[in-house]
Amino acid sequence: MEALLYLGCTVPIRNLNYELSSRLIAKALGINFRDNEALGCCGFPLKSMDVMSTMVAAARNLAIAERDGLEVCALCNACAGTLTEVAHTLDHDDELRASVNEKLRTVGLEYKGPIRVRNFMRLLYEEVGLDRIRSAIKRPLEGVKLAPHYGCHYLKPSELNIGFDDPEIPTTLSSLIEATGAEVIHYPSLKDCCGGGVLGISEEVANSLARKKLEEVSASQAHALVLVCPFCNVMYEGQQKKIGKTSGLDLKVPVVYYPQVLGLALGMSSDELGFKLNRVKPSAMLKMVEG
Amino acid sequence: MPRINLNELDPSFKFRVAATRGGEGLQACYACKACTAACPIEKTVKRYDPRKIIRMALLGMTKELLESDFIWLCSSCYSCAEVCPQDVRFTDIIFAIKNLASQEACAPGGLVAQRGLLKDHGRLYEVSDFENEKRIKLGLPPIVEHPEDYNSLL
Ligand code: SF4
Ligand code: SF4
Repeated sequence: MEALLYLGCTVPIRNLNYELSSRLIAKALGINFRDNEALGCCGFPLKSMDVMSTMVAAARNLAIAERDGLEVCALCNACAGTLTEVAHTLDHDDELRASVNEKLRTVGLEYKGPIRVRNFMRLLYEEVGLDRIRSAIKRPLEGVKLAPHYGCHYLKPSELNIGFDDPEIPTTLSSLIEATGAEVIHYPSLKDCCGGGVLGISEEVANSLARKKLEEVSASQAHALVLVCPFCNVMYEGQQKKIGKTSGLDLKVPVVYYPQVLGLALGMSSDELGFKLNRVKPSAMLKMVEG
Repeated sequence: MPRINLNELDPSFKFRVAATRGGEGLQACYACKACTAACPIEKTVKRYDPRKIIRMALLGMTKELLESDFIWLCSSCYSCAEVCPQDVRFTDIIFAIKNLASQEACAPGGLVAQRGLLKDHGRLYEVSDFENEKRIKLGLPPIVEHPEDYNSLL
């Protein structure tokens, strides 16, 4: 299948390990990612100041996907959530769509809709499926223990994720992890918000939200915390050192992206998968897998 | 704290919120507090309380809300919206309240700066040659900024 790869602002600048590994595993599993250099910010950062600006920015990207005749696959939970929500809103409100299109016309675009948007995990789960992933595994991650983190916008608002996962008891990422042969570590703060949404306003509040999960995963047997969102990564990887320092904890939790994990199981090397860019090396895990 | 005279509040504020995109559910709230119980921010910052913010909006405490620093603390996790028995959608309500505050020039500097970045670059981070050289070296396509579009759309 084909999809327009929507990178957003953060991934292609700050999380090249996520982008590299996503492109590699997509190719290996028969997902043809197409690029379009016209794409820009999804508009989420504008939502607090002006929801209409978010709509217009998101609609610009949706209109580009429509022109390409492709559905959208986003790597970031916040981008996927925003684009999904705006597509959904515009598809159900003719008047609003008309006024957004009036603006888009000034840049030569139009959104007719509907355009489907999915995050990469949902695409993997629904288009490739667990069975095909299992049968593609060349190097099962036996003995590797991983703690999943879904992220809020992966699951909520649930009305936008109908038929996918349950925000109360999420399972998709855990089964994707298990499909690699690794063991899923269960921990109490699984559904905690990372705090990334408030980092720009109060670092102290944001860090206090991220702390519990880091503490619990650090105390568990997990070899790494597995993410699917660059926003969550800013908190759990980027802020980890600071959180450890201010709370007097010795935190060295390796933070990895799911496509990196799956890539290892598909037989790709840690080098190709960008593990050099992970701040806390998942050395124990890589040793078990690559020797 | 001095006692607030309820008669001097702004009864029209609730209509302003309800007429703002996202604020439509405000008057359906029956104050059960499920949202507050589900809110991760409230657990660390007690003065951020979704149900209380709704009460303040319904009572018409316009200034106390729009000029406050706490309305900006929502992490947009949607936990409150998920548990609400009245489909009030507090996450959208707080966005609406922040939008109204922004119209009155109350937005924090960081957000105003982000808006500037998006207008000037079409992205949250400026993409330098250094970044693109790194990408090309790794076999990734370069990133192109589209300030023309974003500048005319925003
Ligand atoms: S959960 Fe809904 S009804 Fe209950 S207090 Fe919050 S907004 Fe009001
Ligand atoms: S969306 Fe905002 S108000 Fe609602 S629970 Fe999350 S942090 Fe609290």
